[in-house]
Amino acid sequence: MPALPALPISLLPEEKSGEILRLLEGLEPAALWWLSGYTAALAGQAGVATRTTSAPVARETGPQERLTVVYGSQTGNAKRLAEKLARDAEAAGLGVRLLRADAYPQRELKNERLLALVISTQGDGDPPDDARGFVEFLAGTRAPQLPELKFAVLGLGDSSYPQFCAIGRKLDARLAELGATRLAVAGEADLDIETVATPWLDRTLSAAREAYKASSPRAATVTPLRAVAPTPVSEWTRERPFAAELLVNQRISARNGTRDVRHLELSIEGSGFAYEAGDALGVWPTNPPALVEAILDSLHLDGGSAVALVGETRPLRSWLLERRELTKLARPFVAAHAAQARAADLNRLLAPDRASDLAALLQGHQVIDLLQAYPADWSAEDLVAALRPLTPRLYSIASSRKAVGDEVHLTVANLVYDAFGRSHSGAASAYLASREDGARVPVFLEANERFRLPKDTTRDIIMIGPGTGVAPFRGFVQERHAVGARGRQWLFFGNPYFERDFFYQLEWQAALKDGSLHRLDLAFSRDQENKIYVQQRLRERGRELYDWLENGAQLYVCGDATRMAKDVHATLIDLVAEHGGKDREQAAEYIDALQQQGRYARDIY
Amino acid sequence: MNAPLSPVEKIKSESRNLRGTLVESLANPVTGAIADSDTQLIKFHGSYQQDDRDLRDERRQQKLEPAYSFMIRTRTPGGVVTSQQWLQLDAIATTYANHTLRLTTRQAFQFHGIVKRELQTTMQAINAALIDTIAACGDVNRNVMVGANPHESLAHATVQEWAARLSERLKPKTRAYFEIWLGEEKIAESDREWEPVYGATYLPRKFKVAFALPPVNDVDVFAHDLGFIAIVERRGVLGFNVTVGGGMGATHGDDKTFPRLADVLGFIAPEQLLAVAEAVVTTQRDFGDRTERKHARLKYTIADRGVDWFKREVERRLGFALQPARPFAFAHNGDRFGWSEGHDGRWHLNLRIEAGRIADRGHATHLSGLREIAKVHKGELRLTPNQNLIIANVDARDRATIDALVVAHALDGFRTATPLRLNALACVALPTCALAMAEAERYLPELVGKVERLLAAHGLSDVPIGLRVSGCPNGCSRPYLAEIALVGKAPGRYNLMLGADARGQRLNRMHRENIDEAAILAELDVLFARYADDRSDGEGFGDFLLRAGVIVPARRVAIPLETTT
Repeated sequence: MPALPALPISLLPEEKSGEILRLLEGLEPAALWWLSGYTAALAGQAGVATRTTSAPVARETGPQERLTVVYGSQTGNAKRLAEKLARDAEAAGLGVRLLRADAYPQRELKNERLLALVISTQGDGDPPDDARGFVEFLAGTRAPQLPELKFAVLGLGDSSYPQFCAIGRKLDARLAELGATRLAVAGEADLDIETVATPWLDRTLSAAREAYKASSPRAATVTPLRAVAPTPVSEWTRERPFAAELLVNQRISARNGTRDVRHLELSIEGSGFAYEAGDALGVWPTNPPALVEAILDSLHLDGGSAVALVGETRPLRSWLLERRELTKLARPFVAAHAAQARAADLNRLLAPDRASDLAALLQGHQVIDLLQAYPADWSAEDLVAALRPLTPRLYSIASSRKAVGDEVHLTVANLVYDAFGRSHSGAASAYLASREDGARVPVFLEANERFRLPKDTTRDIIMIGPGTGVAPFRGFVQERHAVGARGRQWLFFGNPYFERDFFYQLEWQAALKDGSLHRLDLAFSRDQENKIYVQQRLRERGRELYDWLENGAQLYVCGDATRMAKDVHATLIDLVAEHGGKDREQAAEYIDALQQQGRYARDIY
Repeated sequence: MNAPLSPVEKIKSESRNLRGTLVESLANPVTGAIADSDTQLIKFHGSYQQDDRDLRDERRQQKLEPAYSFMIRTRTPGGVVTSQQWLQLDAIATTYANHTLRLTTRQAFQFHGIVKRELQTTMQAINAALIDTIAACGDVNRNVMVGANPHESLAHATVQEWAARLSERLKPKTRAYFEIWLGEEKIAESDREWEPVYGATYLPRKFKVAFALPPVNDVDVFAHDLGFIAIVERRGVLGFNVTVGGGMGATHGDDKTFPRLADVLGFIAPEQLLAVAEAVVTTQRDFGDRTERKHARLKYTIADRGVDWFKREVERRLGFALQPARPFAFAHNGDRFGWSEGHDGRWHLNLRIEAGRIADRGHATHLSGLREIAKVHKGELRLTPNQNLIIANVDARDRATIDALVVAHALDGFRTATPLRLNALACVALPTCALAMAEAERYLPELVGKVERLLAAHGLSDVPIGLRVSGCPNGCSRPYLAEIALVGKAPGRYNLMLGADARGQRLNRMHRENIDEAAILAELDVLFARYADDRSDGEGFGDFLLRAGVIVPARRVAIPLETTT
């Protein structure tokens, strides 16, 4: 469409006018009308204009007339589902407001009538970073009684962890405890999210419509607003991935190392993926062909036999290669296989008191291991039905478009290990590592708005990214260099060995030289007798780090969620306590506040 | 001399007596390298920064810097160490280095593959063995060599003592080494250190000293900046003939550079030795070329100004004249392998160490074997100037024990190897040496095998022929004194040089330039055939090539000797 005319006269600062024009571009007349009313209402309300703009704009409807969808998301899945629910609800004529948990005004909870919560569980039963405050508030004594509230909770998690969906479960129980009633039974979605999420969304939406009709007869007059959830710019989506050409597949861990880490460069020319540094790229893998053959062999099944399921017919081999999860084991398959194999001991693992044993099984085993340890007969149809749908893998993008143009760079650890007499590998990492230049890889863009560089380029940033967690920071440093940011960049990196796995060493050296990286602190754990991790470097630099934070620095952590991110978090609290003259509680509040202000962002997995 | 000083001169003069920014460089965790200027200075401390050149390209693609590591070279005058010291050096090799000990053509130990973060610890461990590395490299007097001649055991002891005293006298006096590596407290700025011999910028280039004990010229005494030929009478050292201006290094395609044999300057009494050495060194300090490092060795100072001028200048500094040189004769420049008895009735076992590399490889457990020997051996160990090793001063009763260990660890190769293999030398070259243009050490065993087959075909297997391989023209393996030399030009390509004698008194000449192995072997095949047919009794291969006119005589055919009657 033609460019919008410039704003006639402007009471606005120049940069704001530009922003507004950009926002308005492409909106339909109905939305523009609605917006004029919204801003007029805002003008009448003192103070509201200063509200955080990081969350999507809320519709100005009363609590009785709308469904509030709140999400807490670490990798973007909960956000994606919450957006879908909001879109569907709107299309169905409901008033909707969609909010990230940290943007939810807690004092409004007591007036809420319809609430849908989509929230993931991290690592060892933690909420996502953007929902910490929300979860604390709900769990705490300040939470109001909610006799008028109807709610539904969708928990997301990974059943290979013992605290599977613990946060979703906890919120579901707590809301009920506060007197609220369930719109729908809570969902607990595993890695194959859609299996549980799709029916939950349906249930919740229809229950919400019932409740909504009952409370709001004027519903039909509400004009749906399509801009509630940002419409993807690209026509390529998770369900309809873009075939990106692989330009470079370069090992970046030295040959004498045990780990095989790859730097991949993919062309996204023509995809319309307008990614920002900090976003993730979703990759649809193909399972390792040797693994598929091993499964077919061990079950004496014919890979060529056609299998039909939910309206799709393809050969068994193709189901296993492209449609089913083989490298991650999940509880439902363990249960199904225990029955199929009539394996009593396996069955016992499913008992509630054996949760940690089951978790250990799920962590360390793949489908093939179970098939070989507990032989059973499976029909092709039953097998495909029992296995989880294949899910895409998300990788933090390691580049900035301003530096690399129509390319996405990824840093991928090709996880390979021997166990139970055979070589094991991850699905996507093995798939990517074995692609040759020129191959096409199905990908989609997964925005990560919580993991973005500060708009204010004069702000300092502190990046903590050991291992492949360094990936987004390569993008950050490229981006800040490209825009000529005046703020300083400080990177903490760690890995086992200096000589073998100092990822992007030459680039960091160049960045230090040209001033796009100001400080680099390194922790190579195995290069000396006592293991040294990034946390120790943080402690050693505690004074300066605290000074940087006090001066408004933005803090980022990327990488392993189970141990590194926890230890780093604890260390941050320690150093704030030590150098800020605070007790532990105050220091924890200080760090929480950073998180609330969006100045402490994590991309952990 | 209006040309600007070479960049290294600036680095030296600004280095505060060799300190530079070494401490900062060592502390920088982002790189395994040190600052460029420090790579020059660290040589004076006995270390070179290197990298594994086999991995260079691969690592660049992996976005990793080169696999930097450091070579450390010891200052061990005459290459003599005790068994206890050997054990300590062995432990360093297996703890910090690449599990090998490298014996050099200058009787030093080299450790390879030490990473930066362990450099200081390694240096401390070396010093704990009462061995240091000061001036093992750099523009100073390097490790002082002493002929290993085990027969002349009494004279050897005297010469060894003079070598040690000379090494000490010419050692830099800066405390930088002790501060940087051994944690000695820094001296105050006001206490300016003074280098009495060297001054603030040290020498224009490296400086090499060797002591020879006729009739063996294993040190190739004429290949050094300064040489002392011991004149022995009734087992006592009467004094030394002084030689000056030898040197091996040259640059491909630059005819202003060349290997040169030393001139014999005259004879001195032992007690004059330190003063003479100092006069030679300070003359070179003051007159050597500091603008062009390729032209900075003493040999060019003498070639440019004349040996007469040089002698006058040295004598002026000494305040006395040198006596005329005494007669001497060298029989050969190789080692004599196996057991031999010294004058004092003690025994010496000269072992062959191929290319000087002591490692455990398959059944050839040389490193372990020598460790076991050092555990039982009560004498000392001596490195020979030909990269070999002598188990020295063994009591007759202990020979059997040592022999058993030698056999058990496959150190007895010298008993069956051909003379060609026993005498062959090679510098380190690839993958660690930054100067190497072609393989040397790694290629030597294979090359020797191929040349052996040619010799066998012509019935020449038992003829001792000197073969030396060098990865570049700088001459660490003293290639220009070999009957057959391969001087590296490019991967797989060498200059084939022929016609030196076997006594270290005649340089070889270029025969074919920049040829590959097939061409080298083809050339040798033809020449071996002629040699087999036409050689006279006992005539060496190099001498034959000269007589046959294959090699055009060099400007100076042999060492001109001024001798008393």
